[in-house]
Amino acid sequence: MTLAAAADPPTRGASALLEVDGLTTVFGAKGELTAVDDVSFAVHAGETLGLVGESGSGKSVTALSIMRLVESPGRIAAGAIRLRGRNLLAISEREMREVRGGEIALIFQEPMTALNPVFSIGSQVAEALLAHKCVDRRGARDAVVELLESVRIPDPNLRYDDYPHQLSGGLRQRVMIALGLACRPALLIADEPTTALDATLQAQILDLLRDLKARFELSVLLITHDLGVMAETADRIAIMYAGRIVEQGAVRDIFRRPKHPYTRGLLASLPGGTPGARLKAIEGTVPPLGQLPPGCAFAPRCPDRMNRCDDAPPSVAPIEPGHDVRCYLHDAEGFG
Amino acid sequence: MPLVEVRSLVKRFVRRRGLFAEPTVVKAVDDISFTIAEGETFGLVGESGSGKTTTGRCILRLIESTSGEVRFRGEDVLAYSAEQMRRARRQMQMVFQDPYSSLNPRMRAGDIVEEPLVIHKMGGREQRRDRVAELFQLVGLDPAHLKRYPHEFSGGQRQRIGVARALALNPSLVIADEPVSALDVSIQAQVINLLMDLQERLKLTYLFVAHDLRLVQHICDRVAVMYLGKIVEQAPTAALFDRPQHPYTQALLSAIPVLDPDAERTRIAVDDTQFDRSTPLREVAPGHLAAI
Repeated sequence: MTLAAAADPPTRGASALLEVDGLTTVFGAKGELTAVDDVSFAVHAGETLGLVGESGSGKSVTALSIMRLVESPGRIAAGAIRLRGRNLLAISEREMREVRGGEIALIFQEPMTALNPVFSIGSQVAEALLAHKCVDRRGARDAVVELLESVRIPDPNLRYDDYPHQLSGGLRQRVMIALGLACRPALLIADEPTTALDATLQAQILDLLRDLKARFELSVLLITHDLGVMAETADRIAIMYAGRIVEQGAVRDIFRRPKHPYTRGLLASLPGGTPGARLKAIEGTVPPLGQLPPGCAFAPRCPDRMNRCDDAPPSVAPIEPGHDVRCYLHDAEGFG
Repeated sequence: MPLVEVRSLVKRFVRRRGLFAEPTVVKAVDDISFTIAEGETFGLVGESGSGKTTTGRCILRLIESTSGEVRFRGEDVLAYSAEQMRRARRQMQMVFQDPYSSLNPRMRAGDIVEEPLVIHKMGGREQRRDRVAELFQLVGLDPAHLKRYPHEFSGGQRQRIGVARALALNPSLVIADEPVSALDVSIQAQVINLLMDLQERLKLTYLFVAHDLRLVQHICDRVAVMYLGKIVEQAPTAALFDRPQHPYTQALLSAIPVLDPDAERTRIAVDDTQFDRSTPLREVAPGHLAAI
């Protein structure tokens, strides 16, 4: 059973906007480094799916794979990525260009490097609109001002002619979001959109994303390492470790009843509880790609490790409706 | 006597905008005062541009202050000669944010940790080697890895090398500027535990500069909140988080994401028309100062 199928109650299966099924992305001359390993999930219309993981977990490579932006020596080795049922891995590069920025938009962590420093922000947003023929040249400026307004940039008419360096980090990230929304995409992939921002700006951007999601009927794939951001923003979350999704479920179920020892460890390691008390750290470090153990990748750090964890990686199993886990601990508890 | 006493510290940067334009003056640190007691962890929080990092650097004289005093065990270090300052630096060390860029990639880990001992001419070759091995053990690194280069270590281990280097000269004050923010979540807790253990064992005093308020709440005894170069509020940690008085502190605390998907969220926006930046700090409760 695939993770996507397991995560969907039958009634919702039909409404999946994006289905990622068995995605495997490899790097290295012989494809020996598996950055994304048999990853399956679905993003439904109007929902926010959070992808949580540490550096090297494969969450950003997953996003790039969906956009078909994985650069050589990386390549997608297996799987399907279906947008409204159409397999994006089977279409031509020209068709894919229409999808990027059209039906799916991607925004990055660092708005300074993602914007071109020598063009005004208005002209950059206009360029995106014109490239996808969302407006004609005469209507462009008005459409851009309206977009800048919808991401709550003050004085959008004046700001149109500003260059990226004249904007604060928070405003730049708003411009990036406006760029992403230019052609009314169905899916917005946001890769650590607030990581480079201060706490108060982060809160504003998250509020904005929530508001836009409702207004533009967006689905969002939110990638972050920050569990607090997830708790506030995501409807469902998938936790990645060393290229695999180890647990997936509704945000409440994951926070209330985490099942995978890695998820439990992450939640327990956060500061809180008695001030000054030792934090419950997960010992050890993430194994580097290419040095993954033959069994479960988390086994060397796992407090609940059993003998068979070292033999072969566990498969995905549902533990309650819409809640899947990839761990031998819960073999007996599964209901599926 | 407090270990550190900062009095009316000011740091201005002059920014030249062009050949004929008037240079503008940025007050990165604008007349701030605080004390840190021996063995205490004092948190300095604020957003980018608030002046928290500049304050740390002024205390160590990594940059020169414009005016004010920094007293260390009662003596004004800003008045020290270069030679006096060099000796004083044994007592005050810094742990930097980024364990990737703050370690020389061409030096072996053991040499990085030994370097302060060489610079300060501490001990002979043998003694220094022993001390480095001891420091490796102290921070939880394997002395068998002394000859490795930084890139052979993980991010968490690299930050341990940074901590070992800072502790080489037995300092009493450690200024930790965002020491875990570049690390992965599961590694942050390991390094924080290490810093807390070391404080207990070596009776260290910490100035902890950070923007992660949950972490600050967990490890600091007292906290000062900076906004645009000024301290707007300063209090024992529990009082600050339970009863924030300044509108900016209230906004900042309300922006912390809550780890409960069902929690009620009341976000307070930062509205600087609500407060006057020239309002002086006053004591609103014992040990609790706010610029209101």
